[in-house]
Amino acid sequence: MIEVKGLKKGFSGKTVINGVDAKFEPGKCNLIIGSSGSGKTVLMKCLVGLFEPDSGEICYSGQDFTGMTKEDRKMLRQQIGMLFQGSALFDSMTVEQNIMFPLDMFTHDNYSKKLLRVNQVLERVNLKDVNKKFPAEISGGMKKRVGIARAIVLNPKYLFCDEPNSGLDPQTAILIDKLIKEITLEYNITTLVNTHDMNSVMEIGDHIIYMYQGIKEWEGSNKEIIFSKNKLLNDFIFASEFLQDAKDMRQLEMRGKIDNNRNMDELLK
Amino acid sequence: MNINIFTELGRYILMLKEMFSRPENLKMYWKEFMHQCVEIGIRSLGIVVIISVFMGAVSALQTAYQLVSPLIPLSTIAQIVRDTVILEFSPTLVCIVLAGVVGSKIAGELGNMRVSEQIDALEIMGINTRTYLILPKILAAMVTIPMLVVISAVLGILGGKLAAVATGIVSTSQFNKGLFQYFKPFNVVFALVKAYVFSFLIASISSYYGYYVNGGALEIGRASTKSVVVSCVMILLMDYVLSSILL
Repeated sequence: MIEVKGLKKGFSGKTVINGVDAKFEPGKCNLIIGSSGSGKTVLMKCLVGLFEPDSGEICYSGQDFTGMTKEDRKMLRQQIGMLFQGSALFDSMTVEQNIMFPLDMFTHDNYSKKLLRVNQVLERVNLKDVNKKFPAEISGGMKKRVGIARAIVLNPKYLFCDEPNSGLDPQTAILIDKLIKEITLEYNITTLVNTHDMNSVMEIGDHIIYMYQGIKEWEGSNKEIIFSKNKLLNDFIFASEFLQDAKDMRQLEMRGKIDNNRNMDELLK
Repeated sequence: MNINIFTELGRYILMLKEMFSRPENLKMYWKEFMHQCVEIGIRSLGIVVIISVFMGAVSALQTAYQLVSPLIPLSTIAQIVRDTVILEFSPTLVCIVLAGVVGSKIAGELGNMRVSEQIDALEIMGINTRTYLILPKILAAMVTIPMLVVISAVLGILGGKLAAVATGIVSTSQFNKGLFQYFKPFNVVFALVKAYVFSFLIASISSYYGYYVNGGALEIGRASTKSVVVSCVMILLMDYVLSSILL
């Protein structure tokens, strides 16, 4: 579990995160949503230690991350996997070398054992015959999957995904979402996803935090978001008429007014 | 402006300080060091060979052109070529060229890694990126660049001999005689001291500008240019300082 208490962070006198409290539980897809500049990326970067918070506490399974020594942080970071927006694969390495890199660095296993693990995670993310390819030779969706494979190769306890669907077509985006959800449940990982994608919110958002101008404006699940009366949240999530209609439809469905596809067909008639 | 210089200097010193930490896996660091030796040393060999031979040849021809007095023996040409190549041309000129070749490559590589979040990815894995990315580059530069300087000095002198003999300015025996006359071994030590200092400057300055790139592709280009300019200025400045201290 990751616990955040009163987290504050600013740059050049401008407050970007203003006293955020949150709990992220294992086995759940925790989503951080918000418009550009709302502070969600800064929040995630504070959580993984890429930015030092000005004040507040970040606890990983009860251990205070902010007060840790460099060596302790290094140890903890081996339990963290992260998927970056642009995948952040090492250009000069093949897919296999990219995934094997954390194993090379932190284990003393022989090559065949490491290769076995690499192939296991590649299979887990549904990738085949890409071992010897370079990142420049594979598609955006494949890069994301390789990024996920690299992030989970050391069996992390915590998985961070920074806008995993950006730049992907809707179909691939759904596949990536499903993959993140499956991995979270399978390995009982505490997963944090930073996203703009409303489909992800509705499909995998077990726990959602909506950030607005550095403040946690709303918190709940993808079921609760449908019935939320928070105007800022509704304006952000259901910005288009299409999404508004979809929300109304989902509300009816959840209240039992539309039970199945037959009822839906009747309504459409 | 002054604050910027001091801020950058402070950040540069901190980067160097934080570079020294316990490696996570020595084998991986050794691999990276060897990779950098190839990138910095072997891949620069071609340009070093070309400039060294021509540098020596031009130096021989221009020395002969200026020595018009019949009282000065022709073997002096070899002495002058030898000393200018060892004292100045090989360590300084080669390092200035390497500041362009190696420096821009290092700054570009690290800048690209920063912009594409590869450095962040390494940090999150629990790797000290300064130790893993910068230290092997500096060590590799300090091992290979002095070797390149020695190769350059030998080739420069050979180039001078080739040009002088081929154009009939001096005979082979006259050139060889001058080559060993009044030779001071300390000159080689001085050249190597310069090579070590310059190689450290090239690798560390370009690493600094690459590592701290902020922005996009445009900034990577700017960082490369800045690293080359600053490295060249620092090489020339240290050249003067070392000459005034050691000679």
